[in-house]
Amino acid sequence: MCLAIPGQIVEFMPDQPHLALVEVIGVRRRVDLGLLLDDPPRPGDWVLIHVGFAMSKISEEEASQQFQTLALLGEDTAALEEVRGYEQ
Amino acid sequence: MKFVDEFRDPEVITRTADEIRSLADPGRHYRLMEVCGGHTHAIYRFGLKDVLPPNIELIHGPGCPVCVLPMGRIDDGLALGRDPNVIFTAFGDMMRVPGAHGSPLERKANGMDVRIVYSPTDALKLARANPDKHVMFFAIGFETTAPSTALTLKRAKAEGIRNFSVFCNHVTIIPAIRAILDSPDMRLDAFIGPGHVSTVIGCRPYEWIARDQGRPIVVSGFEPLDMLQSIVMLLRQLKQGVAIVENQYKRVVPWEGNRAALAAMAEVFELRPFFEWRGLGFISQSALRIRDTYAEWDAERQFQVPGVRVTDPKAAQCGEVLKGVLKPVQCKLFGRECTPERPVGALMVSSEGSCAAYYNYEHRKAASTRLEPATV
Repeated sequence: MCLAIPGQIVEFMPDQPHLALVEVIGVRRRVDLGLLLDDPPRPGDWVLIHVGFAMSKISEEEASQQFQTLALLGEDTAALEEVRGYEQ
Repeated sequence: MKFVDEFRDPEVITRTADEIRSLADPGRHYRLMEVCGGHTHAIYRFGLKDVLPPNIELIHGPGCPVCVLPMGRIDDGLALGRDPNVIFTAFGDMMRVPGAHGSPLERKANGMDVRIVYSPTDALKLARANPDKHVMFFAIGFETTAPSTALTLKRAKAEGIRNFSVFCNHVTIIPAIRAILDSPDMRLDAFIGPGHVSTVIGCRPYEWIARDQGRPIVVSGFEPLDMLQSIVMLLRQLKQGVAIVENQYKRVVPWEGNRAALAAMAEVFELRPFFEWRGLGFISQSALRIRDTYAEWDAERQFQVPGVRVTDPKAAQCGEVLKGVLKPVQCKLFGRECTPERPVGALMVSSEGSCAAYYNYEHRKAASTRLEPATV
């Protein structure tokens, strides 16, 4: 729960502007952007996700490092399972 | 450190470890607390202790949300779930945490409608899909997850969804650090500050730790190199005799935190006068409750909560381990009655709990080392 999952914004949901389709290692799910109102991300940007909410914008390099950290911690499977659990 | 080759920049890691050895005064014993359970997990997983000199001791802090929750709160939440009209929802981390009468998962096996959610918005979605049921979300976590619960409650109110409520167990990290510093049996030299909590609260809330308590604190990332660099920064401060807040995790943590997240929390939550923490007892203004303006979505006001207080199983020493007074292995139940497969206390359940981390990496390693002579 404390570990953040990196994902890339694909597109905003036209009917619900606070939601975006975000891709995490090939899995695309809806993520809430409501906590990034001060500095909204754009498609192509990378974010760190906690419990379905994007919490901070990060660089692509940081995103790939975060994937590696999750894998080293043995949490990558759990992280993907969590993402699969988000709304499609 | 046996995994060093898998890491980014192994040479830099080796150099940083050398720097730690040259900075540490061999005549001094250093006690550094990592506040966050994610750091505790990483320290054991990466075998960081193997590269630190023996006079640098890492003390595991209170930053594991399921670990600090007293058993009575789990029982209170589950008591509400007994209503056949209620769907009890919680994060997966909560499912195996024992209450006095079983864990949520065991209650599910006995017929209670218990469901794992990955986000509080999933619980809200469940409420939309089940208008004839009441969906209760058992909310846990520090400032990393509290803003998400806050925003979910704002959405529930905006949409007028009445069959949804939150049983709020959100806690805040600063009062727990204060309680640990006030504890007479605890002597600490410095803190490794939490990474993701700080993306929300920023670095300013830690300033009193340096200014008033004279303890250095460095907000740290989770990679091995991050944590070793943070230890270097702490040792430099200790050597120079200064105490300031530093941010090693600048690439993710802004000094001012996340203002939108803080605003959402402030709108929905207020501080409880006091809240009980496992091991630390009652700490004033250390937890969040739902404001009057959101009372209709507050499970504690929509339902009759028993308000039970349950003491931990007598032989278990979760509290002492949580405070850092005892190492996991010093608990009488560790590795015998209490294992990750059959946990007695919450610290053995969560991957962020120090007992589970210690068991999975140190204890199993030690057991396999002990077996080696017999298998040769």
